[in-house]
Amino acid sequence: MSIDKETIKHVAHLARIELQPNELDKLSGELHEILGFIDKLSNLNVDQVKPASHILPISNVLRDDQPHLSLSLNKALENAPSKKGNFFSVPKIIE
Amino acid sequence: MELNQLTAHELLEKLKSQESSSQAILKSLYTRMQKIEPQVKAYARSQAVESPALNFKATGDLRGLPITIKDNICTEGLPTECCSKILEGFRPPYDATVINKLKENGGAIFPLKANMDEFAFGSSTENSYFGPTHNPWNLNCVPGGSSGGSAAAVASDEAIWALGSDTGGSIRQPASFCGVVGLKPTYGRVSRFGLIAFASSLDQIGPLTKDVQDAAILTGLISGYDPRDSTSVNLPVPDYTQSLTGDIQKLKIGIPKEYFIDGMDPEVKTIIQEAVNKLKNLGAVINPVSLPHTEYAVPVYYIIATAEASSNLARFDGVQYGFRAKADTLIQMYKLTRAQGFGQEAKRRIILGTFALSHGYYDAYYLRALKVRTLIKQDFDKVFSNFDCIVAPTSPTSAFKIGERAQDPLKMYLSDIYTISVNLAGIPAISIPCGFTKAGLPVGLQIMAKAFNEEILFRVAHTFEQNTDWHKLKPKL
Repeated sequence: MSIDKETIKHVAHLARIELQPNELDKLSGELHEILGFIDKLSNLNVDQVKPASHILPISNVLRDDQPHLSLSLNKALENAPSKKGNFFSVPKIIE
Repeated sequence: MELNQLTAHELLEKLKSQESSSQAILKSLYTRMQKIEPQVKAYARSQAVESPALNFKATGDLRGLPITIKDNICTEGLPTECCSKILEGFRPPYDATVINKLKENGGAIFPLKANMDEFAFGSSTENSYFGPTHNPWNLNCVPGGSSGGSAAAVASDEAIWALGSDTGGSIRQPASFCGVVGLKPTYGRVSRFGLIAFASSLDQIGPLTKDVQDAAILTGLISGYDPRDSTSVNLPVPDYTQSLTGDIQKLKIGIPKEYFIDGMDPEVKTIIQEAVNKLKNLGAVINPVSLPHTEYAVPVYYIIATAEASSNLARFDGVQYGFRAKADTLIQMYKLTRAQGFGQEAKRRIILGTFALSHGYYDAYYLRALKVRTLIKQDFDKVFSNFDCIVAPTSPTSAFKIGERAQDPLKMYLSDIYTISVNLAGIPAISIPCGFTKAGLPVGLQIMAKAFNEEILFRVAHTFEQNTDWHKLKPKL
């Protein structure tokens, strides 16, 4: 399967990455080659095979619901690029 | 010998008898770094400015023995930047579980972090925001990756021992390229809490050390169940040093025929064959085995690992930590932050992974890859029903030149052809030094065992090591 530039642009938007035109050209060539290599997988018949969604036989891991301390507000905010009061601050979303 | 040249277990003896001190060992590391770090650049912010180690429990068994940590493992208050611009200046507000365990045991966390490929995306440590690390055996070569800083630091005696992380070979391949010991534990053996996630179904933290005994000690210290990592497994942790018996009589070792392929360096092949003969002479029973789906491991990996990475790295959006680009709207802030904050390889993988998970392609790529992952795991199950372990090369070549594969992502991905299956199957594997090429570059021998059978790895690796001298050789710097 191949990947055209429009698809890459769309995917980059989904991934929230602004691509420069030269990056788009370069990526398009590289992804074409990588996907060509990955297409090897279509040679295998996997109709009867179960997907390995987890490699260990463990499921539904639960713990006791006990209250405990988590990060303090100050610590949680100390790496924020921008903050106001007790909140992370971002550019305006709603006018 | 200087203190920094000794193994951890040798230094532990000296600390116990009070013949040496934590301070003296730290001093010897800084002295070494001042001399060679400008060439090797094993550390993320390559500088040999002396600062004290992080606080540790004074009564712990490690008695202040320093340990070097890869830049993607959270250390409270100490920069942990994944060697990425997007995490520049990030000081985690908490310690990873492995760091907690080391501190509780008296380990002194070295105050500089080991260099790595950005977010562990790479096999050469060339993708670091802080610039590449150089191989101590030949400064024109890469140290391997992504834990190249940890491996180079240990190999050049700029670290006593180190922690790395391994998603597709990121501990074993640099261990092989730098001539040190590196172990990827069984998935679930070591808590991933505080390891900045790349591919959560594949990532494991593990040791890079000067010999097998150190690897056994360190693995024991970091292993065990952690309620904060729901994929960690609640099984008792054995005393791995008890496995260092020196006896591999009648042990059944399989040699996978699919690992001796075209594209493998003939010199590496000869060295591996000699190592296998050595194991035979030491009493092991050697037979060929087959892992028929080996050729699909790299394509499966580059779907699953990138898909998981695209999801894990969504959190780097300029809101809570790290770098933020200036923009007027929220969406544009996300897009520019990620465009300017991530390097080329990170963008490539995020976009590939997003594509593999996107509407219309999910079944053809991601779901199919999960199914082939099952087949790869079944290959190993079948072999381990008759064999104690599998022995193979760690990498098809010795260390390559800096820049040689940087412009060819696919060729770089194929560097991991022998290490990736192990992560996909969730099993443990170790790489140990087993020889040198004529050009003087180390070659690693990889030993794999079934899940939670690290003991066999230590037993075989230690027996081989004690009957060879490869681990005693040091690079001339």
